Amino acid sequence: MAQFQGVDYFMIDGLLSEEERMVRATVRSFVDDEVLPIIEKHYRDGTFPMPLVGKMAELGLFGTTLPAKYGCAEMNNVAYGLVMQELERGDSGVRSFASVQSGLVMYPIYAFGSEEQKDRWLPALAKGEKIGCFGLTEPDYGSNPGGMVTRAERKDGGYLLNGAKMWITNGTLADIAVVWAKLEGEVRGFLVEKGTKGYTAPEMKGKHSLRASVTSELVFQDCWIPESNILPNIKGLKGPLMCLSQARYGIAWGAVGSAMATYDAALNYAKSRIQFGKPIASFQLIQEKLVHMLNEITKGQLLALQLGRLKDAGTVKFTQISLAKRNNVHHALEIARMAREILGANGILDEYPVMRHANNLESVKTYEGTHEMHTLILGEDITGIAAFH
Amino acid sequence: MKLIACVNHVPDTAAKINVAAGGTSIDKNGVNFVINPYDEFAVEECLRLKEKNGGEVVAVSVGSDAHKETLRKALAMGADKAVLLKTDDDRDSFGIASALAGYIKEQSPDLVLFGKQSVDGDDAAVGGMVAELLGLPSVTVVVGLAIDGSSVTAEREIEGGKETVKASLPCVITAQKGLNEPRYPSLKGIMGAKSKPIEERPAATVPARVQVVGMKKPAAKAAGKIVGTDATAVPELVRLLHEEAKVI
Ligand SMILES: Cc1cc2nc3c(=O)[nH]c(=O)nc-3n(C[C@H](O)[C@H](O)[C@H](O)COP(=O)(O)OP(=O)(O)OC[C@H]3O[C@@H](n4cnc5c(N)ncnc54)[C@H](O)[C@@H]3O)c2cc1C
Repeated sequence: MAQFQGVDYFMIDGLLSEEERMVRATVRSFVDDEVLPIIEKHYRDGTFPMPLVGKMAELGLFGTTLPAKYGCAEMNNVAYGLVMQELERGDSGVRSFASVQSGLVMYPIYAFGSEEQKDRWLPALAKGEKIGCFGLTEPDYGSNPGGMVTRAERKDGGYLLNGAKMWITNGTLADIAVVWAKLEGEVRGFLVEKGTKGYTAPEMKGKHSLRASVTSELVFQDCWIPESNILPNIKGLKGPLMCLSQARYGIAWGAVGSAMATYDAALNYAKSRIQFGKPIASFQLIQEKLVHMLNEITKGQLLALQLGRLKDAGTVKFTQISLAKRNNVHHALEIARMAREILGANGILDEYPVMRHANNLESVKTYEGTHEMHTLILGEDITGIAAFH
Repeated sequence: MKLIACVNHVPDTAAKINVAAGGTSIDKNGVNFVINPYDEFAVEECLRLKEKNGGEVVAVSVGSDAHKETLRKALAMGADKAVLLKTDDDRDSFGIASALAGYIKEQSPDLVLFGKQSVDGDDAAVGGMVAELLGLPSVTVVVGLAIDGSSVTAEREIEGGKETVKASLPCVITAQKGLNEPRYPSLKGIMGAKSKPIEERPAATVPARVQVVGMKKPAAKAAGKIVGTDATAVPELVRLLHEEAKVI
């Protein structure tokens, strides 16, 4: 298969450093060679492609921005964003795996963990020897995580954890779960290790979306959590929200990758599919769709890049991350659906990546803060009036 | 082992190439340049030999500052150091080979690897010329390589088959696709490349022996011909393929 050439209508490459371009080239080739040839089968079978874990680790795709002393690449946020973009050009499930491992597991351990926790977990997570998951959402508390009912009780030398989490990416695969629970009414983070008595993580079945990703319930029945496994340096809902900012940032980039994949498929198809004696690309209605796709991809690229530069400068606001996540996922899904239309009946086949991306993006639009919740976050920011309640 | 990989910085094979004004060179404007694909096999083979036998891998390129990007790619893959033999002229193969030979002679490496050809000029000449200038054995179009003490066993691709040859170290090898599967530079490798040195030296100059006097793109393909849409067209198709296209 021909190497993917990227979409760059506005010479955005010129705004990237040589290093950033090299990172993108590495992940782009990796996706062409290792992800695309196997992903449709995993999607169909509803399995996560485990052989990719070691390969992604070897390339340095986990905890990309964290310090070298933990075995990480210590790159900037733009490089991390480009990793996410290219991975999601492959599949949102593969990108989700890397997002969770990096932004939702390694990041909180790094930012809120003790030195012992960092030394124990970060190198193993970077190498892909250990897999992590992040448990915030509960069956009855999704957009409103502050209402969570999972609770920890202080006991001699540790905590007793009770409750359940739902919709947890990588849950069944995970060696370590970062679980958010209320301790004396306050949200705290706990590291729950696989094999802990009373802890189970059954996989959720029946998904039509993100099928090449494992989604699970986490169930805690009188789980004993030693004192050494509480994240000592964070209290309150701010903890999980800071993690979500990391992961949402990556999604803003990832969505652009997905949109590039479906746009590329639609453009190629439109140029070669003949109807009424001409390529369908010669019809105005098709051109309008293709132009709209390119237009939105270009805007999304610029949003993601500037967001990355702000994050690297340390001045990014979480509301800016909300805007980029909201916009880029919305348009990626719209682009996937347009691509599906351009491919006609072929659009529903797994010979093309389009329907898989469209289905995946339904999850991406909901997780890490639904489209609506980001609207409300931004609405509050610009009006000063919260409209959540 | 001291291993040298010679690398060239060439237009991406997917790039659309146009002839520059003057008609003797390509227009480099807006063209993406990458490490010559065959040279990636050379770098990879050096890295594998080093991993097995220890030693040092040096990547060398003759060209302008732009070649540093390709040298950094070799460093990111794992080369220990890089050398730019700097020249801003578009040189003929002999000019490039002479500059390389001077440097390589001084380093006296055990093995020098090239790609079998560079996909810009497609001369497939530099590796062989360097070997000749240095009086070293050269084995070209290599798809398999084994080193045992001071002897090299190489598998070569030949028309319709493979040939196994022996030579002694030091020697020059040119790599063909299939020799190995080049690694992607890892993110740590890319970060690490920043702290590895790129040594710059002026490339030794020799008078050119070959001069490009003209360059043009192939004529645009003529439109295809449809001779029919069902089985009745087959005899005519066969006749045309035989008599006009002369391919059967
Ligand atoms: C595949 C997948 C993987 C996931 N992975 C993880 C994971 O790893 N870890 C984790 O913790 N969670 C994970 N999630 C959960 C995800 O974050 C939640 O689904 C999300 O936060 C939404 O919660 P909900 O599904 O309960 O929807 P609800 O909160 O019930 O929302 C339902 C609808 O109501 C809307 N709504 C809710 N409140 C308001 C309001 N105030 N105003 C207007 N509209 C409102 C929402 O926007 C939405 O459209 C995952 C979800 C999926 C689908």
